[in-house]
Amino acid sequence: MSNVLYDEPGPKARRRAAIGTVVAAAILLGFTGVAVWRLADRGQFDAELWSPLINPSDENFVLVWRLLAQGLQATLTAAVLAISLSLVIGTLLGVSRLMLGKVGRIPVVAVIELFRGLPVIISIFYVYILVRSTGIDISFLPGSDGLWFLVIGLTFYNSVIIAEIVRAGVNSLPRGQSEAALAIGMTRWKSMKNVELPQAFRTMLPALISQLVVVLKDTSLVAVLGLYTELLRRGNLISLNLDNPIQVLFVVGLIFILINYGLSKLAEFVERRLSTRGQSSTVLVKTGDAVA
Amino acid sequence: MDAVFDNMDLFWSGFLRSLGICLWGMVGSLVLGTFIAACRVSPIPSLRWFGTSWVTLIRNCPLTVVLFFMAFGLPEIGINQSYYVFGVAALVIYTSAFVCEAIRSGINSVSAGQAEAARSIGLTFGQSLSQVVMPQAFRSIVPPLGSVIIAMFKNSAVVGAFGVGRDLWSVYKNLTSAQGYDGLPVITGVAVGYLCITLPAAAILAYTERKVAIAR
Repeated sequence: MSNVLYDEPGPKARRRAAIGTVVAAAILLGFTGVAVWRLADRGQFDAELWSPLINPSDENFVLVWRLLAQGLQATLTAAVLAISLSLVIGTLLGVSRLMLGKVGRIPVVAVIELFRGLPVIISIFYVYILVRSTGIDISFLPGSDGLWFLVIGLTFYNSVIIAEIVRAGVNSLPRGQSEAALAIGMTRWKSMKNVELPQAFRTMLPALISQLVVVLKDTSLVAVLGLYTELLRRGNLISLNLDNPIQVLFVVGLIFILINYGLSKLAEFVERRLSTRGQSSTVLVKTGDAVA
Repeated sequence: MDAVFDNMDLFWSGFLRSLGICLWGMVGSLVLGTFIAACRVSPIPSLRWFGTSWVTLIRNCPLTVVLFFMAFGLPEIGINQSYYVFGVAALVIYTSAFVCEAIRSGINSVSAGQAEAARSIGLTFGQSLSQVVMPQAFRSIVPPLGSVIIAMFKNSAVVGAFGVGRDLWSVYKNLTSAQGYDGLPVITGVAVGYLCITLPAAAILAYTERKVAIAR
């Protein structure tokens, strides 16, 4: 292991590290122990609070898990819709920012900067208020209104992020690519569509998958507003009936962590598979990550 | 828009309160994130495991879940605080995972040869860290760290919607449900309030990035 901060440890340093490990582990376990003991003291480990979630013979087990599955399905529906819409709109925004002239792109840049600075939870709520007070009819869209408040709100924010990812992806290409395309007589639009974008999407793929993690997490924002019953809101409703918020939240959190961890690993895997060329994709994934 | 202009003082105090949440969140997550990053790069294995699991668990869990978990869980282990404290604490814990990763990747971006060279010309560990490694790491830490902090400013709106009181969100609730104003102009005012925090922050970040950019 090469590390900038310290050299390869010798026997003395290894002994010190071993002592440090024991001490640090003892302190960490001590904190955990106190927390667990206090939780147990309050009866948070009682079987009746956990059994609807972990005991298949409990009368509520099937019902609770069916509801959680519905919540998860609602979360995934919203996330997939939002990321697909964002991909289309974001690509259009990104390409127009690249292809319009210095003056022509001002409105595009303004839109991007505006929605990038707006908190997602505000844009979701804004869509809801806008629809409600202007009386716009969105019932022609399939699914509940709540779903579309969430999807449109998420799309506002994420299409802007994807526009920036597209721009970075196209800009990371060697200039020779578009020069060659123009030299063989392609128009600028054809060069973008047939030469630059396909390559940019390749480097963007890991960043797009990481962005899906962000969107999945952000779907749960709507639970705070209570407009749509996704996984977290479903969990809160379940715990209202069973009176075990900690236990249900533990399970809901675990589901989110497992799915998102899987997606992050997938993004890393795709990135390794694609990283035959330069490091541009690594930079992109980090940008996607940071926007969480 | 009367709803906004007639209640400017309310918006102003809400804005200051939201700004306060952002600043407490920033200070807290920088301190905690640096500590977790130090754990992740430390030579002590158990601290590394702690850092890694902290980042993995918290980065993949929605802020809302962290928030609810703390609000329900902490009173059970005997920690009773206001929603304001819980909200800021959840924001700090959530952001610390991203701060940690920004710092760690910055440190790792410095090549090991730099530290080796510094040590071989006789600098002590502290000198090589403070004069060779960290200045170089700092330049690559600034851009991702800045994005993380701005993302946290935006996430402070979630904490507000959770009901910490007297911030921009509660201004919305106060004006719409208690005073019966129409929602649209009020939420527009709230959105502008948040933009007044995030857009200047983004401008400062862009300026700093240009200042510390590595000439390639």
